[in-house]
Amino acid sequence: MTVIHSGLDATDPKMRASDVSVYYGDKKAIDNISIDIPSKYVTAFIGPSGCGKSTFLRALNRMNDTIPSARVEGTIELDNEDIYASGMDVVYLRARVGMVFQKPNPFPKSIYENIAYGPKIHGLADGKEQLDEIVETSLRRAGLWEEVKDRLQDSGTALSGGQQQRLCIARAIAVDPEVILMDEPCSALDPIATAKIEELIDELSGRYAIVIVTHSMQQAARVSQRTAFFHLGKMVEYGKTSDIFTNPIEQRTKDYITGRYG
Amino acid sequence: MTPVTLILIALGLGLAGWLAGRAKAWSFQKDESVKRLTARPNYHGWYVAIWIALPVILFAAFWSIASPQLVNMSVLASSAAEQLPETSFQRDVIMSEASAVASGRATAVFNPDARALIEPFREAMSRYNMIGLVLSLLIAFVGGAWAFLRIKPDFTARTRVERVIMGVLLLASLVAILTTFGIFASLVVEAFRFFTSVSPIDFLFGTFWGPDPMSNAENPDGSRYGAIPLFWGTIFIGAIIAMIVAIPLGLMSAIYLTQYANPRVRAWLKPALEILAGVPTVVYGYFAALTVAPAIRDAAVAVGISNASSESALAAGLVMGVMIIPFVSSMADDSIAAVPSAMRDGSLAMGATTSETIKRVLVPAALPGIVAGVMLAISRAIGETMIVVMAAGAAAKLTANPFEAMTTVTFQIVAMLTGENSADHPATLSAYALGFVLFIVTLGLNFIALRVVKRFREAYE
Repeated sequence: MTVIHSGLDATDPKMRASDVSVYYGDKKAIDNISIDIPSKYVTAFIGPSGCGKSTFLRALNRMNDTIPSARVEGTIELDNEDIYASGMDVVYLRARVGMVFQKPNPFPKSIYENIAYGPKIHGLADGKEQLDEIVETSLRRAGLWEEVKDRLQDSGTALSGGQQQRLCIARAIAVDPEVILMDEPCSALDPIATAKIEELIDELSGRYAIVIVTHSMQQAARVSQRTAFFHLGKMVEYGKTSDIFTNPIEQRTKDYITGRYG
Repeated sequence: MTPVTLILIALGLGLAGWLAGRAKAWSFQKDESVKRLTARPNYHGWYVAIWIALPVILFAAFWSIASPQLVNMSVLASSAAEQLPETSFQRDVIMSEASAVASGRATAVFNPDARALIEPFREAMSRYNMIGLVLSLLIAFVGGAWAFLRIKPDFTARTRVERVIMGVLLLASLVAILTTFGIFASLVVEAFRFFTSVSPIDFLFGTFWGPDPMSNAENPDGSRYGAIPLFWGTIFIGAIIAMIVAIPLGLMSAIYLTQYANPRVRAWLKPALEILAGVPTVVYGYFAALTVAPAIRDAAVAVGISNASSESALAAGLVMGVMIIPFVSSMADDSIAAVPSAMRDGSLAMGATTSETIKRVLVPAALPGIVAGVMLAISRAIGETMIVVMAAGAAAKLTANPFEAMTTVTFQIVAMLTGENSADHPATLSAYALGFVLFIVTLGLNFIALRVVKRFREAYE
């Protein structure tokens, strides 16, 4: 099957996946996907549940390594460097490719410590002042600073769901990644918190390459510039978001977008 | 007529009631005018069976206590009992001998006086057996008939049966709790007897332990009952030396098992560790006394510690620590596993290594559970008896030198209760006071630990 890449200028891919298949034991979850992730854009992965979009997302920063039975074939490159090569340092990779999860998962530490966690383990800050600065910048970028600046020592788990998710985004930003992967970041949030996160994604998109997995097609249409449609472990169509939503080439994409299944 | 027979009768009649109740309910179901039974026929059967069997079983329990008294009373009232001696003690001996022969538990009597009583006993027994049987049948019949008559299509037999089941389960769980209360009460009573002769101040704060079982029981020397050396020995061996061994090893093995071990290794390592918890403590005691203690003494002497004893706090504490490892490890394992995997993923996704994740996220998050596990382990260690009896020595010394022999609360309880001492002597009674203190301390530790664990669970659910 040929994947249709409609109207994409192939310049400047941040990440490039070539013929990637992911297996869980003997089961093939991802079948032969090739995709270029552009830098400084938001790329959305859409598709019905179980289509493999989260699995593929987790392959991009090797989070699948934590699942013993998972196995990846093909190559995934970050700035033309194979991330599955034996010389690749997973720690360094994950510092460059950050991740935000479906359910907000702040550490049971203070707000400050949540943000300072990454910079501390990667030794990004020289001394307390610089760390304070990183914490403030990250919280500002995540649009959370005004809400929490007076209670940085409170527990991160005491925040509301939407605030927790923005805290997690701030935590990911704090290590200054190049790519941020978001796995259905709004699925556990109410509409108002969702709107805030979407706004935030929009603001961040000029600075980072963002890949977002979402169940909501409206969300994909609102926040992304590129959209890939996944179905049954395969990537059916990939193109500019405007094209995918107004003028899809594949019948299956059309059916999914118009709500005929999924 | 033994209670067992009565209970068998109850079960047999219950079966009959079950069949009858079920049959009646079935007959409703065949009836066209009845739309639907509120409970399935089986439940109606059970309802009748419970009403037959339960009252009879309760009666059997009551009768097994009451009937011997009634038999005794009727024998005493008979003419054969007139020449019995006045002293109640002698009379009781003769009575019990006669009753043993009459019921077939013995073949002959020592006391000639008892021989005359055998026949009255036999008569009274068979009479009361008959009464018991008739009463049970009567109870079974009344209960069964009442229940049977209540069966109607709209009778809610199921909820009633369920309620009885709940009651039985509740009763079962109460047994353990009531036993605890019973233990506590008996300890309190005996400890109180001790404290009437030795002041609690002397006992709790005195620093010399040397009860003399041969001394005058009426006027004990309170200064010989200072339990501080025992408390110190217990804490030193159980809460300090043992924990220095058990906490790091237990925690590290839990971390290895939850975070590093692949499933195959975990599958045999975890059960193997848990088997360690099932080894009888007396076996650990042998090991401590025969292998560890001499080795420690030799090592200590070799490095120039001349007063090292062949029984030492260190030997007992080390072996006890090894014994406790599975407790710490399994609690820590559970609490680390209870930390949501989202925490771990979140940390790994930040580029943290596995060990950074463990140190900075998992262990802090699991800390309350780990602390609770350690407290349970301490309460287990300070209540441990066999190892200290065999390896720690008997000297009540107030010292921080781990190479010296020491003694613990549990050891002294054993020592005070197993001697030839009079049961009323304060030296013997001191065992109950020691047990009381131990009970309070371990209860307190367990209570706090369970509270901590509860709060910890709530934080993640």
